[in-house]
Amino acid sequence: MIRLEKRPTPSRLWTAVTPVFAVLATMLVGGALFGFLGADPFEAIRTIFWDPLFHPQFAAYSRPQLLVKAGPLILIAIGLSIGFRAGIWNIGAEGQYIMGAVVGAAAGLALYPSDSVLVFPLMILAGALGGWAWAMIPAVLKTRFGTNEILVSLMLVYVAQTILASVSSGLLRNPEGMGFPGSRNFKQWDAAHNAEIIAGTGMHWGVAAALIAVIAAYVLMARHIQGFNIRLTGEAPRAARFAGVSPTRIVVLCLGISGALAGLAGLFEVTGPAGQITIDFNSNYGFTAIIVAFLGRLHPIGILLAGLLMALTYIGGELAQLMLGVPGASIQLFQGMLLFFLLATDVFTNYRVRIGAKGVA
Amino acid sequence: MNRRTLLASAALAMSLGGAALAQDTTKACFVYVGPIGDGGWTYQHHQGALAVQEAYGDKVEIAWQESVPEGADAERVLTQMALSGCNIIFTTSFGYMDATNAVAAKFPDIKFEHATGYKREHPNVATYDARFYEGRAVLGHIAGKMTKSNKIGYIASFPIPEVIQGINSYYLHAKKVNPDVELVVTWAYTWFDPSKEADAARAMIDQGVDVIAAHTDSTAPLGEAAKENGAVIGFGQASDMAAFKPSPRVASIIDNWAPYYVKRVGAVMDGTWEQGASWAGMPEGEVVIGEITEAVPADVKAEAEAMIAAITAGEYHPFTGPINKADGSAWLAEGEVADDGTLAGMNFYVEGITAEIPN
Repeated sequence: MIRLEKRPTPSRLWTAVTPVFAVLATMLVGGALFGFLGADPFEAIRTIFWDPLFHPQFAAYSRPQLLVKAGPLILIAIGLSIGFRAGIWNIGAEGQYIMGAVVGAAAGLALYPSDSVLVFPLMILAGALGGWAWAMIPAVLKTRFGTNEILVSLMLVYVAQTILASVSSGLLRNPEGMGFPGSRNFKQWDAAHNAEIIAGTGMHWGVAAALIAVIAAYVLMARHIQGFNIRLTGEAPRAARFAGVSPTRIVVLCLGISGALAGLAGLFEVTGPAGQITIDFNSNYGFTAIIVAFLGRLHPIGILLAGLLMALTYIGGELAQLMLGVPGASIQLFQGMLLFFLLATDVFTNYRVRIGAKGVA
Repeated sequence: MNRRTLLASAALAMSLGGAALAQDTTKACFVYVGPIGDGGWTYQHHQGALAVQEAYGDKVEIAWQESVPEGADAERVLTQMALSGCNIIFTTSFGYMDATNAVAAKFPDIKFEHATGYKREHPNVATYDARFYEGRAVLGHIAGKMTKSNKIGYIASFPIPEVIQGINSYYLHAKKVNPDVELVVTWAYTWFDPSKEADAARAMIDQGVDVIAAHTDSTAPLGEAAKENGAVIGFGQASDMAAFKPSPRVASIIDNWAPYYVKRVGAVMDGTWEQGASWAGMPEGEVVIGEITEAVPADVKAEAEAMIAAITAGEYHPFTGPINKADGSAWLAEGEVADDGTLAGMNFYVEGITAEIPN
């Protein structure tokens, strides 16, 4: 008889190896899936995981693109992980990402066509503020009225999308755009352009901000008293209250950080890779970042690696579509599998398998 | 290996690959905004791609990528296509406009064709669009004749000129045969979202609308109309949507990109490709009205077919004066025909439409 037995403390070894198992299982089952779709499974897996890094034709372009794609994912996921550690579930990072972009872009466009060096820093500030303010809505509702932050933050995504649609065909529309929706293109306005810091590397300010966030989150969670309070609130809420940690403060702090970081990600994206506010500017980074946060075990370094891995599956997935003609939905399925297998193998972190009769544990 | 030699070797591999391709096959690539199974817009573009394959057999290779978000991802997808040796790339949605021009600047030897846009910043970028308003005129005629409640509906996607043209043309021709007709416009702010489209259709049906035209790509509005047991009719959009025949789908407006795609890929093959801005319609076979079913009375069907024949022959333009703008000011005098410049930037409703264009 096979039994699962709860471990007294989660296994550190398994915490580290389950993501690797999840990736391997995804490769195996995903390969079979591509096989059924008529593609060579080995070629498909190689195209997704190897070609973006080492293909002679694509790699020089797609390696920097990994950073471009991973940057916002990491930045948002870092913010989310802090809240998740405290048991505060911000599911609405997508909305905060949109509002950061909208508010930041609006602050910049109000100054068009100024070429002051202060334009971009001001936009960064406005972007962070926009995301923060959007996250404060569920925070205040939760602390004042006890509403559920999962529902409120998720619902606010749809409100943000509607605002996005409205401003791209109204308030922020490019006056020279012949009536078509979409703002001015920030790539054509040097003062507001989030250009690559070193050309050809994919390293723009958003990627730099993501790396800084990784380090800051590491210091906060490992070395700072607030980090300890956050973890304590998540692991033992009653103990935290006895220790004098204010739950209200933790909620406001966690949602504030994750909202501000998501807002920053939106701002860096709209002024950089995306270039303009459009009706469907958001591309699900806010939701994908939830997967990245869990894949990275809510640990800053883990999130860094998970973000890069996720970016790899995106770019490799695009190549697989292009080169092998596999359908786009199969790539999404493939990414979904990754989270599924991670959650499934997670069981071994908290439980150990016992084979045989019930013994003394 | 440092970055420079790496880039150089990549460029070398690229040019070798490009040269090899140019000798035997031409590679035509397509970027789609939705899934090829959407049954509407993207499906029709993909049919065009398949027609290219059919026309030239093993002399062309086609490749495509579906559900590519408009925005940051589009530029990367286009660059990867260019690197993979595509000779001509069709970007089939308005939102790819800036990305198309940005990538075209980096790959001057590759031809880019952008659907429904207006920016041609480099000599290797062409744009193409279809005169959907020609088809909308025929649907408007049928709608005006068929409505019993005198309320007809239009599910609009985004307030861009193409959609405004469609709304105006649809309304004008309904009004012409039914002076009492009233138009309800619902903005869905999406090109493809079956649940939103169904909600929009439902909201209009609840207001008493009994003929629904859609400018969004899914079959959901027809699905909603089908629940009304024949009391509500609609039209196939972008693709024929024949599954809803004979009612609620009583006719359809079909985008047929195949002639253009075959022509343009052919031009790349024989080296005659040139930049252009194509705006073809019924005469070229790019806009087609699908079968008008027996749910439509024979005389209405005959009138609709006469209109199709007149537009196809170039004898009738759907925007022929006298037409006033919604604010009452004169637009076209008696017998005057709208010029393409005004149509391409159309941002006003015609007289009689009481709604406002969202701004």
